[in-house]
Amino acid sequence: MTSVPPEYFLALAGLMFTIGVVGALTRRNAIVIFMFIELMLNAVNLVFVTFSRMQGTVDGQVVVFFVLVVAAAEVVVGLAIIVSIFRRRRSANVDDVNLLKW
Amino acid sequence: MNIEVVVFGVSFVVALGSSIAMLFAKNAVHVALFLVAAQVALALTFLLQGAYFIAAVQIIVYAGAIMVLFLFVVMLLGVDRSEALIEPLTGQRPMAVGLGALLAAEIVYVATKGSEFVIVGGGEGALSALNEDPGNVKALARTLFSSYLLPFEFTSILLVVAIVGVMVLARRIGDAGFLRD
Amino acid sequence: MTSAYAPFIVGVPLASAILLLFFGKRLGKLSGIIGSVAVGVAFVMGAIEFLSIVDADHEATFSSYHLFDWLAVGGFHVGLDLLVDRLSIVLVLVITGVGFLIHVYSIGYMDGDERYGRFFAYLNLFVAAMLLLVLGDNLLVMFIGWEGVGLCSYLLIGFWFEDRANATAAKKAFIVNRVGDFSFLLGIFLLAVSAGTLTFAGVNGSAASGVLGGTTASIAALLLFGGATGKSAQIPLYVWLPDAMVGPTPVSALIHAATMVTAGVYMVARLFPLFEAAGFDVLLLVAWVGAATAVVAAVIAAAEYDIKKVLAYSTISQLGYMFLALGVGAYSLAIFHLVTHAFFKALMFLGSGSVMHALDGETDMRKMSGLRKVMPITGVTFMMGWLAICGIIPFSGFFSKDAILASAWADGQYALWAMGAATAALTAFYMSRLYLRVFEGETVLPAKLEATHVHDAPPSMAAALIPLAILSVVGGALNLPGVLSFENFLGPVLGEPEVAHGITAWALGIAATILAGAGIAVAWSLYLRPGGLQLRDRLERMLGPAVRAARGKLYVDRAYETLILQPGRDLATFSADVLDRKIIDGAVNGTGRLIAGSSEILRRVQTGYVRNYAAVFLAGVVVLFSVLIIRVAA
Repeated sequence: MTSVPPEYFLALAGLMFTIGVVGALTRRNAIVIFMFIELMLNAVNLVFVTFSRMQGTVDGQVVVFFVLVVAAAEVVVGLAIIVSIFRRRRSANVDDVNLLKW
Repeated sequence: MNIEVVVFGVSFVVALGSSIAMLFAKNAVHVALFLVAAQVALALTFLLQGAYFIAAVQIIVYAGAIMVLFLFVVMLLGVDRSEALIEPLTGQRPMAVGLGALLAAEIVYVATKGSEFVIVGGGEGALSALNEDPGNVKALARTLFSSYLLPFEFTSILLVVAIVGVMVLARRIGDAGFLRD
Repeated sequence: MTSAYAPFIVGVPLASAILLLFFGKRLGKLSGIIGSVAVGVAFVMGAIEFLSIVDADHEATFSSYHLFDWLAVGGFHVGLDLLVDRLSIVLVLVITGVGFLIHVYSIGYMDGDERYGRFFAYLNLFVAAMLLLVLGDNLLVMFIGWEGVGLCSYLLIGFWFEDRANATAAKKAFIVNRVGDFSFLLGIFLLAVSAGTLTFAGVNGSAASGVLGGTTASIAALLLFGGATGKSAQIPLYVWLPDAMVGPTPVSALIHAATMVTAGVYMVARLFPLFEAAGFDVLLLVAWVGAATAVVAAVIAAAEYDIKKVLAYSTISQLGYMFLALGVGAYSLAIFHLVTHAFFKALMFLGSGSVMHALDGETDMRKMSGLRKVMPITGVTFMMGWLAICGIIPFSGFFSKDAILASAWADGQYALWAMGAATAALTAFYMSRLYLRVFEGETVLPAKLEATHVHDAPPSMAAALIPLAILSVVGGALNLPGVLSFENFLGPVLGEPEVAHGITAWALGIAATILAGAGIAVAWSLYLRPGGLQLRDRLERMLGPAVRAARGKLYVDRAYETLILQPGRDLATFSADVLDRKIIDGAVNGTGRLIAGSSEILRRVQTGYVRNYAAVFLAGVVVLFSVLIIRVAA
């Protein structure tokens, strides 16, 4: 097992999560936004793996396993939504989908 | 210098670097490729912390299957052209960056002062012992199919629902007669 | 002793009322007979009860009937109990007896009315309520009857509600009564709290034993008397009674002369120990209110031209007499006058109804004269009533009125006696004016009517007029020393009144007769003697302002209009226009406008851009995270 302290891994996860957030907020292409969300999920996975190591149990890794499943389902559904929006509007730009307003 | 520290340093730099590169890449395909790089670097950190099975799954499922799906959709929609970097929403970019910086500071603060919060450590030896006997995959399987059996079964329902949902969403309007009959 | 008939005395008219209310239209002509028979049956049962009380030993002078427990709150019990004693049985006989005759009269009088059945339903309901009022063993049961008769009065005054004036008069009667009823109800509450019971025996007992006394008893007595002034049309609440004359005449005779308006007199007599126990001399106030009402109403009556209104003011005046009697402690004499008044005033109302029936509803005495020749039965029976109310020996009014004046004198209240005597003279004057103008002299009919059309009372109406005329003549014998003694009969309930004896009694009687004779003589010289018209003109010039004031009903209605009604209307307008429309509606609409206005601004937050929403979401996360960190670090 590594001698690198877990705090470093947690900090790395935090930074990557934040980058994911900023990207999701600033980019306009729906698929790209999706990829940043995947980045955030990955950062969270790192946190779980680190916690698993700190706790000395595999429960954290089990949670990562579930995150993977959920992420897979989410990607499939999300991409299907994007495809159907694109079919209708010829665009994957989220700013074009702004009918839900005053 | 310890080899592990070197591995951590490399994965740290690659993960953060490719994440930041994602922010500035104009082409969606480039973004996807940087994401793959970041995910591979993350798999390294998993390995460093004794999560061998998860590290393998990370590369096979994430960097492999899921990212291929992404690329497939990007190609399918023909939006691999670059995206204008001008922000139409006023204040969106400064707000995102400002809030992101605050969030990062907070997370790093909590991570480094972990002991002051609810994060409890001290079980590091135990995980190494588990990885020796019965081994990482066996230990994971025992936990998954005993304590987490019910959630595991629920994920199967989730996947079925996702499949059905995607079929409904992705059909062309007008040619899904099988749904109407 | 349990009274076997008491619940049926109330129940039979009530059952008949319900029957007629639902099937009156289908029963048609039969409903008049059913209604009359129901009251007649009640009268017979009342008579049986009366005889059993007269026969009974001296101790058992009452019987009661317990129907059911109505309220039981802790130690406070109210039962639906009926009490038959010497006082209530007299009232029962008057109500059912006179009521029966008036029902019979109505069969002829209301013939051809489109709501014939309903009229008898209301009349029966009234009789039932009035009987409940007098038979109730406690104040709450009395109050049911009290409100019931008020309701029937309202319904019957406004019986011909198609005419707006009738509906207005009905409302006026109801609302003015309401003022009195409110006072009565407060009195009941006060007694329930202070005496702990509402039965007459209980209240009177605790008043007599001193448990209930001083200020509490005074306030309770004043509140109850306030109720009596409303129902019995005394100052200051008498204004509704003259307006109530727009109702059918049998109603005026039964409700607004013979029975309902005497409810206040009955109530005060029933509770006389409470009034006597009052620290403040409430009884003296009762006497003065009665005397003042008697004089004021007599003055207005002397200037009135409408036959029924003259009789209405006369009723108010006579009720004033009864309260005068109550005030000087002559309770049984008040009841005695109540009885004789019921006979002769009902008679005269029915007589005036007969005149109206013959003359197509005409009530203005200036348009008629000498009617006795064309309507002999009505004329002669009305003459009996006239002589009775004037107090001519040996008609009934002489005995009851003379006895009240004598007891006022014996009580040492000479001022009250003087007012009573003045009223007696005024009464003789205005009643003679009415009788002489309408029934004596040259026969003159309203221009539009032909002589052949005018007819005397039909049989059913005559059948009521004649017995009442006989009673008016001989009713005084009820209290004729040596023949019967009404006072002694009521003695066990109401005590013996103080009366003048010996030479004083004779002197007072002669004085009253002289005053009555003088009143009649003045009326004769003014209205019947040749040259009376010139004399009238001269007198009117001499007494100008007084006559005008009397014609204007002493401006009481106008004073109420400016002092109470107009401020009330102003307050209502203010509430509607300023309070409701500006302030309350303003607050409501302002709230709406505030919400709408601020939403107009706030809805801009909903941009529709999902990334905006996500940014706000992130801000929330950061804030929550900060709170968490600060709380843990602190």
